[in-house]
Amino acid sequence: MKVLAAMSGGVDSAVAAARAVEAGHDVTGVHLALSKSPQSHRSGARGCCTVEDARDARRAADVLAIPFYVWDLAERFDEDVIDDFVAEYAAGRTPNPCLRCNERIKFAAVLDKALALGFDAVCTGHYARLVNGPHGRELHRAVDPEKDQSYVLGVLTVEQLAHAMFPLGDTTKAQVRVEAATRGLQVADKPDSHDICFIADGDTAGFLRQRLDPDGDAHGDIVDVEGNRVGEHDGVFGFTVGQRKGLKIGTPAPDGRPRYVLDVSPVSRTVTVGSAADLDVRALTGLRPRWCAEPPVGRVECLVQLRAHGAPLPAVVRLLDDDTLDVELLSAARGVAPGQAVVVYDGTRVVGSATIDGTRR
Amino acid sequence: MPAPATPDAPGPASTGPAYLDHAATTPMVPEAIEAMARQLVVAGNPSSLHAAGRAARRVVEESREAVAQALGARPSEVVFTSGGTEADNLAIKGVFWSRRAADPRRTRILVSAVEHHAVFDCVEWLAAHDGATPVWLDVDEVGRVRPDTVRAAIEADPASVALVSVMWANNEVGTVQPVAEIAKIAHEYGIPVHSDAVQAIGQLPVDFAASGLDALSLTGHKFGGPIGVGALLVTRDLAVTPVLHGGGQEREIRSGTLATPAIAGFAAALRLAVDRQPVLADQLSELRDELIARVRAAVPDAVLNGDPATALDARLPGNAHFSFPGCEGDALLMLLDARGVECSTGSACTAGVARPSHVVLAMGADDDLARATLRFSLGHTSSEADVDALLAVLPGAVERARKAGLVSASSKK
Repeated sequence: MKVLAAMSGGVDSAVAAARAVEAGHDVTGVHLALSKSPQSHRSGARGCCTVEDARDARRAADVLAIPFYVWDLAERFDEDVIDDFVAEYAAGRTPNPCLRCNERIKFAAVLDKALALGFDAVCTGHYARLVNGPHGRELHRAVDPEKDQSYVLGVLTVEQLAHAMFPLGDTTKAQVRVEAATRGLQVADKPDSHDICFIADGDTAGFLRQRLDPDGDAHGDIVDVEGNRVGEHDGVFGFTVGQRKGLKIGTPAPDGRPRYVLDVSPVSRTVTVGSAADLDVRALTGLRPRWCAEPPVGRVECLVQLRAHGAPLPAVVRLLDDDTLDVELLSAARGVAPGQAVVVYDGTRVVGSATIDGTRR
Repeated sequence: MPAPATPDAPGPASTGPAYLDHAATTPMVPEAIEAMARQLVVAGNPSSLHAAGRAARRVVEESREAVAQALGARPSEVVFTSGGTEADNLAIKGVFWSRRAADPRRTRILVSAVEHHAVFDCVEWLAAHDGATPVWLDVDEVGRVRPDTVRAAIEADPASVALVSVMWANNEVGTVQPVAEIAKIAHEYGIPVHSDAVQAIGQLPVDFAASGLDALSLTGHKFGGPIGVGALLVTRDLAVTPVLHGGGQEREIRSGTLATPAIAGFAAALRLAVDRQPVLADQLSELRDELIARVRAAVPDAVLNGDPATALDARLPGNAHFSFPGCEGDALLMLLDARGVECSTGSACTAGVARPSHVVLAMGADDDLARATLRFSLGHTSSEADVDALLAVLPGAVERARKAGLVSASSKK
């Protein structure tokens, strides 16, 4: 097969490309330039869009003796991922940009271009397994539970998965590093990237403030569940449901227990806080479901995951209509943030996902 | 899958990919390799006073004389550099600084809108950090600066012009500029003129004295010499403030131990390139015209960029530059590369990221056409087989890239 290997400059995508080469595929490496003004060097371990990362990817391609190009997708990334990220926060939700990037960039813009140019598949260093099973091409959790990335791939459709290749799903991260060293890939010891690649300094609130509140006049009230004003904030976009740190509330709660963000309302500029127990969610609604297997018919028992690195929770899901998924949790979950995805699993197999909209206690 | 890089000596390639990127770099001629190799086995710093030093100095000075003779300059006008970029930096910054030091009103730099980044970015840097005011000289639809444009820009305020810089021939679309005419106009006002002639040497007749220019940049690897050595020709009466400080080896305006082997290879290649230029220009013109005709026949809507006139005073003989509507240049490049045809999108890269060509934009094309470009450039090892190889795969590649372009365009919505 002609395979396009997306190479970020990190160890995972380098080893994934190496495995594709070893499997006998005709592999071409591509580094996706996603930042409009790439920095020359990484600051800390974050990000994957620096000139240095492009160089690391190129060196890995050299070692594998495969052709290598850089594709400029900065404009698309800006529109489809960053603007969406900012808009979601502005609406009081908590988006997952990695998921959006997989949905709109890696397995849409890149995959479409690759197919048009004559490639058969796009290969990435995601930790997830693609298995041909009784349900056709099945997406499963990776064997390394620490690294499993099936959650951020839960948005992919059957058509997208048909042209995807994840060679690392059956391997642990530690094994991947050893393998990289054995293969002579210089990136073997490169630190993991984490957080949000386009916020190089890791200051998400600062990034959002710059975009949404350049004049610094977005302040509003922090209230408790009874509506009493307990503090002030300088912009709702800094808050996520379930957040405990950084509330800066002067008056302690009557029970002396820590308080958490329960709700974020951009229109009234109100952040509602309450106790940990108030965070419990027993049901939720997901919008815009996408399925990579047969959609559920009637009430279906399954597992759901409500955030990246979250635990799988037993639930019953039901499609209310084509666009709305109802999820009943069999035990309460804490800190469920609208905007995140609910990914539906049958055991380790991904069935589909939806964007969390409303939650119910 | 292409074979991994091998350290074989360069030279006319009888097999392997069709190389259509001579404007990026062209293979060294055997005579230059020999001249260079002879010096690589001899130790000696040309600045040393002993016998070994004198021997090296002699090679450098003979090379300097050869360069001067080949280009209609005096030996004392030849300043060796590490290449074209350094020569351009020295000319733009060095002349700007010395001219402004002599008269603080001189802050304007008149420069064509289609310059190579080695000039373009110097001017932008001086504007951002050192009080320069860039005046970008418009070009017409074939990419040429009209002498009237230069005159009008000077006459807006002659006393404020530090220098004029217009390239001899454009690296992307191959358009030859009227540098002698421009020099004449500028000299009416006592303003010095620099020209980046990196692409011209070996393809066009270049005579420094006859051109009337005050400074001219060239680099070895575009005409069969080694990479990493070039020169700035600069008249004796033009003061140039140094960019590199140190031992002052080159007329106190350029420092750094002179690279004797590289300079020997550079001079040997230049002598041959200038001798062979008339014949090579004829051969390349013919081959290039054939390439253009066959590309147009195979891809009827391909747009030839640059001057449709193909005489030597209009266009570089080795240059063919097209926009392929509906395609992305980098997608085409990849498809051709995979089929053994090596060319360039023609535009500058940032970390390998293709940007729309500022040259094609300056000529009035829209963003899509400026991204849809491919440059095929011929040189001394080019043959009809290269053109055959290109035409064998180009139509299929264009068709495929067009499909990919449609996908990109539609998914943007």
